[in-house]
Amino acid sequence: MTAIGIEKTGQSEAPLHAEELHRQQAREQWTLLGLAVPALIIVCLIILIPVGWLFYLSFVGNDGELSLQHYAKMVQYKSYARVFATTFQVSVLTTGICILIGYPLSYFLALLPPRWVGFFMLAVLLPFWTSLLVRTYAWLVLLQKNGLLNDFAMQVGLWDTPVKLVHNMTGTLIGMAHIMLPFLVLPLYNAMKKIDRDLMYAAGNLGASPVSAFWRVYFPLSLPGMVAGSLIVFVLCLGFYVTPAVLGGGRVIMVATQITAILENQFDWGAASALGVVLLIATMLFLYIAGRLFKFDAALFGKN
Amino acid sequence: MPGGECRPAVIFGVSVLADNNNNGSPDTSTALPIHISSLTKKYGDLYALDSVDLEIRSGEFLTLLGPSGSGKTTLLMAIAGFNRPDSGSIRFGDQEVILTPPHKRNVGMVFQSYALFPHMSVAGNIGFPLKLRGVNAAEIEERVTEALETVQLAGLGERGIDQLSGGQRQRVALARAFVFGPRILLMDEPLSALDKKLRERMQIELKILHRKLGVTTVYVTHDQREALTMSDRIAVINHGRLAQVDTPEVIYNHPANAFVADFIGESTMLPLDLDAAGNLTYKGSKVGKTPSGDGAGGWSLVVRPEHLSIMAGKKPGTDQTIAFEGTVIETVFQGETAFSIIAIDDETELQVRFATGSKAKSSYPQSGEQVTLGLARDDVILIPEEDPQ
Repeated sequence: MTAIGIEKTGQSEAPLHAEELHRQQAREQWTLLGLAVPALIIVCLIILIPVGWLFYLSFVGNDGELSLQHYAKMVQYKSYARVFATTFQVSVLTTGICILIGYPLSYFLALLPPRWVGFFMLAVLLPFWTSLLVRTYAWLVLLQKNGLLNDFAMQVGLWDTPVKLVHNMTGTLIGMAHIMLPFLVLPLYNAMKKIDRDLMYAAGNLGASPVSAFWRVYFPLSLPGMVAGSLIVFVLCLGFYVTPAVLGGGRVIMVATQITAILENQFDWGAASALGVVLLIATMLFLYIAGRLFKFDAALFGKN
Repeated sequence: MPGGECRPAVIFGVSVLADNNNNGSPDTSTALPIHISSLTKKYGDLYALDSVDLEIRSGEFLTLLGPSGSGKTTLLMAIAGFNRPDSGSIRFGDQEVILTPPHKRNVGMVFQSYALFPHMSVAGNIGFPLKLRGVNAAEIEERVTEALETVQLAGLGERGIDQLSGGQRQRVALARAFVFGPRILLMDEPLSALDKKLRERMQIELKILHRKLGVTTVYVTHDQREALTMSDRIAVINHGRLAQVDTPEVIYNHPANAFVADFIGESTMLPLDLDAAGNLTYKGSKVGKTPSGDGAGGWSLVVRPEHLSIMAGKKPGTDQTIAFEGTVIETVFQGETAFSIIAIDDETELQVRFATGSKAKSSYPQSGEQVTLGLARDDVILIPEEDPQ
């Protein structure tokens, strides 16, 4: 056959254009890498260096010598343990509230006819575009002792004396849940949109009542989106500052609040850094474990 | 493609019907007829179903055939219970089901997308309807194994859905649809995602499976060849109305109207004149009488490409044949046949299909050739012209 003949004549030299084609591909890959260089530099400058510095500071004692005294203090004093417990508690509760509110909301959005999705999505996203501080203080106005909610409830007759809704855990959780909700709804909505309508039809056709079809088919398939959203919310909560500081009124002390307090009152960079490091490591540990449990990287970054 | 997909008859030869009878659901082997009457569904101003009446016989393989948007899928979905018609009646046997929710209709369905549950294994998918019916674990396993054997996927029960080829998914979807012994099986273009070879193989396998299960089957397709291959009867549907319901042979050879003639098979339609004696003529040559002596309205002659043949030399029409003279515009070789377009006047082109005959000698005309084509009078198909609507 002729094909064999061509192969034979070409055998003595290098395969046709192989070198040039290879070089072309290499050039393309380097060009693509080049596009990422500015971002890589920024990541190094604003993340790696400060974090490294933080890490270093946490091991420097008050006398300027390398020491573990900041970490020792954390073990020694019960107040630190309480701060971490509070941080964990607020994060878990906020995530839980977000799931309870966000799941039905996402489900509603996913079932909405396309022309309505835009409007309701806007309602979810609008708070996203408003300053965090403004929103937090808005909650303060609404929830405080003589705030709108208490006034209204007393006028209607729900309760007689003002209920303490702010400067405590309740207020913190209300504010946190409000701010975190979109972070749960967006990945969850996305996961729900990808569930083929035919799957629910098939479940019904095979004998599953709507409720049964939901729990056996829809819910398991929406789970990766829910896990992804919950993790984002939980991790953001761990390091949150503004809302607990304003709505907690000094009674809900989370790690971030504690760091500020240490810096403002004692100007102790070492102690503050040590807290930061522990929070960072705890967060990374948590993400690692969650990743192993739920394979959430697939949920976060898309399958494959 | 796994080797197993090439041996349909052998494995389908297992008596599926008998096995089903022995396995706990004694009343499921009998098929049910479906009676549809005055079924209407409107989307806005558009009739997706326009007062459809259709009797689907017990145990038959009926295909709903039509172009996209004709209403065929709407009708199937109404039978399955996934869309709510505006009015009408659907009965399975004696039982009115139009108000019954889908999960209580007990019909099997194969979806175009297969709709396999991605979070369950093959066995999980097939066992799903059994689990919902409270069948115990041992029997589920037994019946799933059996269903897998029937669709030639024995031993693949623990596979994930994403580990299967398109053809294998199709088989899983099929097994899931019949494993619980439904008396009605619905299929929505189940083969459209497969490549041509596999599709043709599966058409025959489905046909064999239907015979084994004996279940009333309603099949939706837009592929006329598929419909002709598989069906006991075809319901041709267009604009939400049934254009003709009959066996493949009758649909092909005796189309009731221009839509059916045009949609099924290839054809050219030639408008006919009516002469004083009540004969239908084309360019002065007599084609036939109007069927049932009906002189009202226009009639057309439907010419199928394979019904035309070359007449040696130039001959006028005889008692047995009607002759057309023309010039070959283009001929293409298509393997077992060659396809020509032949102009018989400035406006009319006939499509003609020739057998290519033996390898040694091509027996079809080349472009530019003058030819005389003959149409046997036995092959004359007359249809009334479309009522203007």
